[in-house]
Amino acid sequence: MAIMRYAEALNAALREEMERDPTVFVFGEDIATYGGVFKVTAGLAEAFGDRVRDTPISEQALTAMAVTAAMTGTKPVLEIMYADFMPLTLDALINQASIYNYIWDGQVTMPFVLRTQGGGGVGTGAQHAKSLDSLVAHIPGIKVVAPVTPADAKGLLLAAIRDPHPVVVLEHKLLYNTRGEVPDDQGPVEIGRARTVHEGSDVSIFATSRMVLEAEKAADALAGDGISAEVIDLRTLRPLDLGAITASVAKTNHAVVVNEDWGFCGYAAELSATIMDHAFDDLDAPVERVAALDMPIPYSQPLEEVVIPNADRIAAAARRALA
Amino acid sequence: MPANRPTLDERLEMHRRMLVTRRIEERLGEMHKAGQTRGPIHRCDGQEAVGVGATAALEQRDYVTTTHRGHAVYIGKGLDPRRVVAEIFGRETGYGAGRAGHMLVADASRGMIGGNAIVGGSIPAATGMALSIQILREERVAMAVFGDGAAQTGICHESMNMAGLWKLPVIFLLEHNEYGLTVHHTAQSAVPELHVRAAGYGMPGVQVDGNDAVAVFQAVADARARALRGEGPTLIEARTYRVEGFSTSDMGGYQRQEDIDRWKARDPLLVSRAVLGEEADAARIAAVEKDAEETVAAAFEAALSDPLPEFAPHAPSAPYANAGGGC
Ligand SMILES: Cc1ncc(C[n+]2csc(CCOP(=O)(O)OP(=O)(O)O)c2C)c(N)n1
Repeated sequence: MAIMRYAEALNAALREEMERDPTVFVFGEDIATYGGVFKVTAGLAEAFGDRVRDTPISEQALTAMAVTAAMTGTKPVLEIMYADFMPLTLDALINQASIYNYIWDGQVTMPFVLRTQGGGGVGTGAQHAKSLDSLVAHIPGIKVVAPVTPADAKGLLLAAIRDPHPVVVLEHKLLYNTRGEVPDDQGPVEIGRARTVHEGSDVSIFATSRMVLEAEKAADALAGDGISAEVIDLRTLRPLDLGAITASVAKTNHAVVVNEDWGFCGYAAELSATIMDHAFDDLDAPVERVAALDMPIPYSQPLEEVVIPNADRIAAAARRALA
Repeated sequence: MPANRPTLDERLEMHRRMLVTRRIEERLGEMHKAGQTRGPIHRCDGQEAVGVGATAALEQRDYVTTTHRGHAVYIGKGLDPRRVVAEIFGRETGYGAGRAGHMLVADASRGMIGGNAIVGGSIPAATGMALSIQILREERVAMAVFGDGAAQTGICHESMNMAGLWKLPVIFLLEHNEYGLTVHHTAQSAVPELHVRAAGYGMPGVQVDGNDAVAVFQAVADARARALRGEGPTLIEARTYRVEGFSTSDMGGYQRQEDIDRWKARDPLLVSRAVLGEEADAARIAAVEKDAEETVAAAFEAALSDPLPEFAPHAPSAPYANAGGGC
């Protein structure tokens, strides 16, 4: 068991897969010589030559190229520097990657991984701080994972690369330097399984990405009030672990959903509707939603802090659910 | 004889495939008028020499991706006309089992992957295939067929830049038929001759007579050889003209009749027959033409009596089949 930074865990996954499978290649802006803005790909170019490529700043073409490279025998892992640039990738995701396996009746598979990072909290401003989870989780045919721990970062990236279908890996800029235990034999983590962070009996908090850490803080605060909160890290935004969700709601009868993307038409809205669809009879109160405020992410710290969800808002939502 | 010169047999086969495509188009036009087709159908009458001539210069293992107007490329790449027609009529026996429709036909076993109805979409598609070929160090090439309209997209620039930069084994075949929807190219492009853009991407740009299948074949064969030598991409501008409307639902009225007449006089089938007539005897040409007519008649007959598909949700190979929670 080693203690690793999240970025190192991702690096380990890429390195292992590239060693194991010569068809895996990694490309994106600044990722080869420089090792990536968050140093996730550090050292890979030295080890793997032209299978690690710096690219021009051409997100649209790169994503479309990954789609067909994936159909023709390679396993591309494309890094899109910020989730905010995902709008440039959307034609390739919506009109290409997600459809071919279906419309060509299984003639092709698409082992394509798009890695990106999102989220706010460090003053990167309105074009470098968004979470656009809903945008990609909306597309049938695309899987979306969002690891929080270093162990999951490695395990879910391994699973994504081995998956025959397109997977978007949503990382978070505030997680790269977090540390955690990663088993020496950490293998793939099954896509579509949630992780119970800790058990509780009064209210279930379903969280994604860095919001899991805020939910844990909220649970600690709630414990001070004698409220036992169960925190569940969804890990996979699509497909969803419906079993874990309904089992937890059956136990606590109260649900809070937390996601850093915008609220309106957002991922938290989908989660609360899903809980209504599948666990309505177990609910003693309406599902509480916590999401970013519906506005551009501002730069200045006191402004940004209001817009992005945090432990206080999560705890307040839990108290409302229980009121 | 230089390697890029198609043999007589190859030219007879190109002639046959162009005629197969033409008869499919004509029949589709009639069936559209009779209300027997679904959605718009984009005919390529008069442009068959581009799709057929270009694909004849490829090997089966080479990849090709085309546009919403891809029938000549499908037939040129050796797809079964019956299964192409079946796909157009939404039949279970179609190449996508009725899920793709006429704009998105693919046969992965022949490298035809596939038609692409997002304008410009075929350009990065072939570039990505070429990247995969380069990473795997394979002996094959990828070809993008795209229109003069598609040449105006941003993604065209990104793709060609990367292809030139990395010397990818890709052929950009620009089918210049003078129109993007109803708008003439002079209202869409700052330059009338599009092969000149190749200079900006560090690749050769060549222009060919797009109504002469042999000329297209030769240009593609040269570009293929260059790509296989590791020298990178080529931009080929094949000049042709869209004699029919944009699609079967186009009401027309914006093209000059004298242009249409002038181009019809240089119909690729007339050009092809004239050249063949110098070398092949008339009986051989007639036999090839008869075969084309019979192939198409049989393709329609079989395809139209093939069954329609049963609906099934995203098949077992699909992303969510085994994961907890559906969605
Ligand atoms: C991105 C995108 N924009 C617009 C359209 C609608 N559209 C379909 S075909 C076409 C014109 C394409 O012109 P060109 O590339 O020259 O091909 P041609 O139809 O002449 O064969 C347009 C605008 C589309 N399918 N995709």
